[in-house]
Amino acid sequence: MTTATTHGARDHARAQDGTEVEAMPRIPAPDGAVWAETVAGGNYTHKVLARGTEVRFTDLEGDACAHVLLYVADRPFERLNVADTVKVLWNAYPGAGHLLLSDQGRVLASVLAADVPVETVCGTSTLARNTARYGDGSPHGASPAGRELLKLAAAKNGLAPRDLPPSISFFKGVRVDPDDGRLTFENSSRPGASITLRAEMPLIVLVANTAHPVDPRPDYACTPLDVLARPGTPTRPDDPLWNSTPEARRAFLNTADHLTARGIA
Amino acid sequence: MTAPKPQQRDVERNSEGVDVMSDVVVPARAPWSAVIAAGRSLTITDLGGNQAVDFLVYDAHDTAVRYSAPDTIQAQGNIYLSTESVLMSNEHTRLMTVTADTCGRHDTLGGACSKESNTLRYGHHTWSQHACVDNFLAEGAKHGLGKRDLVSNVNWFMNVPVEADGTLGIVDGRSAPGLSVTLRAETDVLVLVSNCPQINNPCNGFDPTPVRMTVR
Ligand SMILES: [Zn+2]
Repeated sequence: MTTATTHGARDHARAQDGTEVEAMPRIPAPDGAVWAETVAGGNYTHKVLARGTEVRFTDLEGDACAHVLLYVADRPFERLNVADTVKVLWNAYPGAGHLLLSDQGRVLASVLAADVPVETVCGTSTLARNTARYGDGSPHGASPAGRELLKLAAAKNGLAPRDLPPSISFFKGVRVDPDDGRLTFENSSRPGASITLRAEMPLIVLVANTAHPVDPRPDYACTPLDVLARPGTPTRPDDPLWNSTPEARRAFLNTADHLTARGIA
Repeated sequence: MTAPKPQQRDVERNSEGVDVMSDVVVPARAPWSAVIAAGRSLTITDLGGNQAVDFLVYDAHDTAVRYSAPDTIQAQGNIYLSTESVLMSNEHTRLMTVTADTCGRHDTLGGACSKESNTLRYGHHTWSQHACVDNFLAEGAKHGLGKRDLVSNVNWFMNVPVEADGTLGIVDGRSAPGLSVTLRAETDVLVLVSNCPQINNPCNGFDPTPVRMTVR
């Protein structure tokens, strides 16, 4: 097929229609889903989700690592606060039944199901650290840094590097020694492991799929991440999660108070 | 009630006969900030004992580059700060190094208290109480910093153990009157401090007290 002419180039481009690869968004999302995408290792994605949406992250081959940031969709200066999340929950390893909190004392998302704990301690990787460890950390290279990927995802939502606080990650684990505070890395995932969140506010979700920053393996490794979101219902007062702890109840009350005043509860 | 003002003394020699750039007592519950040139040191002294000092540090020439708890923890493989700990930036560069520490262990996980998180941790009756985030916002605004610029901070002198099952909490402190930590600036930095006003947990022994900031 010639691409020497405009018509030939157009035919060449259009001949790609319908090509299927593993890592791609499926549009329209099938079977009533609102987001269906496989994210390549070393790549990123982002989405704006309605309140109530249930989004499941699946480690397809056992070496995905999803680095995640959450923002309130129309006021992104309210965002995930990892310190408040672990302090208010009294737990550094949140799992099913725990809440991901904003800096405003509200629930951004609840963790509906989790095969592995959410990793809250080590954040994501940087250009400098990945360059030192693997020889490259640039987003177009073979071992992209999570922060570089999140900068791109943020930029597409009008957000700048200063809008990137410490992130959480899914699938790889880190344990803290209770005596001396030292970290131990846990390759805790397996093919098919998943974590499901429920959006309790309208959310901007940023996701980078790249190796965990303290993964001790000398060679960069990251495999595809599947993302599947469906419409759902936010947590209501009759849900056991609402009253699971006094802190959770007050976080849901703060969230409802804010959304009710805005007329979008 | 008016907010207490830090007592700033720009002196050449302090009461111990040491030449200093500045030597300040930050009142209980108050904020403080300073630009510290590369190579200079800041000593934070816990005057009354068990006083949490919430602390953020920025590259003075590019405040988008700021303290990162995760990068600091990655770099040293440990959640606690003490002598030889390096406070790393979000671009994994060195901002400050702990050169001396007579307390022994400081927190990186607990973040700052806020009016908002106080409603979750204790109840809505705490809403009128002062909090570290308000100190950071008020003091940070003097340097053009806003809400977007606040991230997980260091808590000097605050004791936050993590149990084997992940249970974590602010418990009785390990500090005492006169204990101190000294940090050397590895580049020109802006330091933003809240002398924590929290009265609902033991981070200040339920009695916030002054701290001393000495820049050499
Ligand atoms: Zn505080």
